[in-house]
Amino acid sequence: MPVDSYKFLPRSFRDGYEKTPMQANEAVWTPLTTPVKEATIALLTSAGFFLTASQEPFDVEREKREPNWGDPTYRVIPRATQQSEVDATHLHLNTDDHREDFNIALPLRAFASLEGEGAIGALADDNYAFMGFQGGDTSPWQETYGPEVVDRLKQANVDAVVLAPA
Amino acid sequence: MPVLARLIEAAGIPTVLVTMMPDLAAKFRVARLLGVEFPFGHAFGMVNDPEMQLAVSRAAIDLLAAATEPETRVDLDIEWPVDTRTAYKAWQPSEASPIVAFNQQRREEIEAKRSARS
Repeated sequence: MPVDSYKFLPRSFRDGYEKTPMQANEAVWTPLTTPVKEATIALLTSAGFFLTASQEPFDVEREKREPNWGDPTYRVIPRATQQSEVDATHLHLNTDDHREDFNIALPLRAFASLEGEGAIGALADDNYAFMGFQGGDTSPWQETYGPEVVDRLKQANVDAVVLAPA
Repeated sequence: MPVLARLIEAAGIPTVLVTMMPDLAAKFRVARLLGVEFPFGHAFGMVNDPEMQLAVSRAAIDLLAAATEPETRVDLDIEWPVDTRTAYKAWQPSEASPIVAFNQQRREEIEAKRSARS
């Protein structure tokens, strides 16, 4: 059964998404050259997670003043991060579930299990959190913060990335 | 998020995008797409349900291993175990987001001007 992309979406949003034209002229493709069982995999979420002891929350105060702006920065979330160390800033979601179990958006626990059973080579040491609302302007992601994360992934010899929007 | 998936893929690192809106993500022509029929914020499943989260994660790496060409889409056959109406309400913020509130206010102002004219 195909997934219904609009099942949980308010009806007022549906029309705009359905009418969104194609956003790219060409597909992108990099083949996986390392077998999954040997691959180091990093995770990336847009749920707005940050480490309460050492990182700033995403700037939702500016978003409240400028409703069409979203904080384009990112936070590094280490693989051993515990629930008590994480908070979430995201004005477009109820974040209660993320405060109870962030693994629903950034599944560090599941990928550590996959590493333990040998299904993947390793979960990367560093994983990444963005905040998904960008007000339609993703140029800071494309020009600044995305390339920064790519550099970090390459320095860490990451073989593949699993991303999930919030 | 599809923008970041494309950027990372184009830089030479394979990606899998796990998404609640695969129809929209497909318009970005990403490399590998795992669709899940789950409420927003819950791409990997239910709170405190490690088995469900592991099943989705496993499906993501299976797709990574199996895909041989761009724009490979797999739709996950796992049903959200909460009734749709409850789940629909639960993921939404208690207050409208700034952009939703701003647009609503603008609509109301336009409507008020129209009413004043007629």
